[in-house]
Amino acid sequence: MWDRHGREAQKMPDETKGPNPVSPLPGGDAPPPAKAAEPAAPQSHTPPAKSETPVTAKPAEATKPATPAAGQKSAPAAAAAKPAAPAAAKPAAPPKPEGPKPDPWESELVTRLRSQYGSGIKEASTYMGQKYLVVDPAILYEILLRMRDDELFDYCVDITAVHYPKREAQFDIVYVLYSFHHNERVRVKTQIKDGESVRTAVEIWPTANWLEREVYDMFGITFDGHPDLKRILLPDGWKGHPLRKDYPILQQDQEWVQINLGIESGQ
Amino acid sequence: MKEFETDYRHAKPGQGGPGVVDYLDLDTKDETFLDATELVLNMGPQHPSTHGVLRVILKLDGEKVLGTECVIGYLHRGVEKIGENRTYAMFNPYVDRMDYVAAVSNGLGYCEAVEKLLNVEAPPRAQYIRVILTELCRIASHQVWLGTHALDIGAITPLFYCFRDREEVLRIFEKYCGARLTTHAFRIGGCLYETYDGFEQDCRKFCDFFLPKLDEYEALLTTNRIWVERTRNVGILKPEDCIALGVTGPVLRASGVKWDLRKKQPYESYKDFDFEIPTGLNGDTYDRYIVRIQEMRQAVRIIRQAVEGLPSGPIMAKVPKVIKPAVGEVYVSIEAPKGELGYFIVSDGSTQPYRVRVRPPSFVNLQALDKMVRGLLVADVVAVIGTLDIVLGEVDR
Repeated sequence: MWDRHGREAQKMPDETKGPNPVSPLPGGDAPPPAKAAEPAAPQSHTPPAKSETPVTAKPAEATKPATPAAGQKSAPAAAAAKPAAPAAAKPAAPPKPEGPKPDPWESELVTRLRSQYGSGIKEASTYMGQKYLVVDPAILYEILLRMRDDELFDYCVDITAVHYPKREAQFDIVYVLYSFHHNERVRVKTQIKDGESVRTAVEIWPTANWLEREVYDMFGITFDGHPDLKRILLPDGWKGHPLRKDYPILQQDQEWVQINLGIESGQ
Repeated sequence: MKEFETDYRHAKPGQGGPGVVDYLDLDTKDETFLDATELVLNMGPQHPSTHGVLRVILKLDGEKVLGTECVIGYLHRGVEKIGENRTYAMFNPYVDRMDYVAAVSNGLGYCEAVEKLLNVEAPPRAQYIRVILTELCRIASHQVWLGTHALDIGAITPLFYCFRDREEVLRIFEKYCGARLTTHAFRIGGCLYETYDGFEQDCRKFCDFFLPKLDEYEALLTTNRIWVERTRNVGILKPEDCIALGVTGPVLRASGVKWDLRKKQPYESYKDFDFEIPTGLNGDTYDRYIVRIQEMRQAVRIIRQAVEGLPSGPIMAKVPKVIKPAVGEVYVSIEAPKGELGYFIVSDGSTQPYRVRVRPPSFVNLQALDKMVRGLLVADVVAVIGTLDIVLGEVDR
């Protein structure tokens, strides 16, 4: 029934021609960005699969502040100041290598979108080989529709949000899209202020229905035109949106607990 | 069909039942039926066939389902909020509590995501151990599904068979890491535990033991007339509906879409193994049954190859004691037994994740319930909930 496929069975069948998620995606890989005068910085466009990148980078960086006069005079002081900052706080630990930075993402898709929407596409980057777009909330719906119809990103994997209370536009809304056609993922992000709303994506992907309800439930972001925007995981009468950063982990809607559970406190 | 509807609506008691329902008429939304005959039936949250605490509000016309509404959240624990308030390593055991019948898969997805954020990769030996345990876990998860699904439809014996044989998997888990269900088997960067003496033999023995058992399950069900009648053409999902609804996993594959993240975007060492992706044709409940049975066979195949090729070497990559990823965000997903399980992690450079988002396959798949049961009978709702293979711990998180 089962024949032993020895170690020679390494070659993958046809459907495996998709890119490995940990290796850089061939289509939209950026050309090496001309990062001036930072030779030791780990280049994040190199395959992240190589685990030795940060490891080798660490001693290189570690020696730099230790021997500041040893020939590295011309190294930019601004770049060296950043890894030195954590070292000052905790002198025992070697200074952290600067983490990988997002690289600009150049591809035909981005060019097409840029030519049409111009500054509406605020950012197109890759981080660890994962691509994302930051778009203006005003054109979000158009972009999503276009991504589905023209760019064949037909599967909406996930919709979620992140709260940054210190920013002016407090919320990131993140749409994770996947294309069965290209076998690749793109995240479309937009930033909105507290109290602003975006148009619902339910007409584009029916799966957005529950996902947007969850975002509403957890963050209080409203989606215009959603057919049934109400809480999904928390009870209907609950006050507050728990995944906001100003909602402490132990906070509860005491009133709801007292009325509905008949106990003084849920803690 | 039209004739039957009028017949049924004007039928007098004792003049015959509804007869044959046209199952293929999925988009039925007869507004004309929303009159005095409409009945709202509350199913759950404590109904045994809802596999936990799922509440489904059914709008019925007699036995025919006109529409459904799922009420979920009874098991909501705020897993994502907990994640923001724990360090990366401390959150690892929590993810086991989401899909508690496939805890190993949850842990694998989380560790993969944090490793991606840290830009490290588990060593080959750890990857092979991970694959072996994850595939064992897939078998265990599918056994729970098969047992409960068959029980819902009225076949009692498969439940006993499945749970009896699942013990063998759990025994391997217990010997490996001390826990049977919420295993916390993997750590960020690899595995904590080396395999125990006799691990390979146990896995091989399990594979030899399990394939005949799988034939036993199939002997009970695959050609069983009652099973076929209850599952064929029930809860059909077309491929385009699956994609629009974001449905993944065996449900998507049963609709004929050959899509599996293990093949499409291989993670861990899955690219080393030779296995097939079983697909169905009709996208009905029977096809989903066949697909999951075949997946168990493929899992056995993968386990055998992984055990044969288990490399030696370290099981832990170089990961700092205090995990502090650089500022950034990643989305990493794996093929869990229920579908695409994704983790979207945002790091702000501190020891705690700034945001952990879990993309739960059960939650998204459950959304397809309404589409699948429209026009069917109440008894079929039970079959469809079973075939979606939801775990409420994961739906509600």
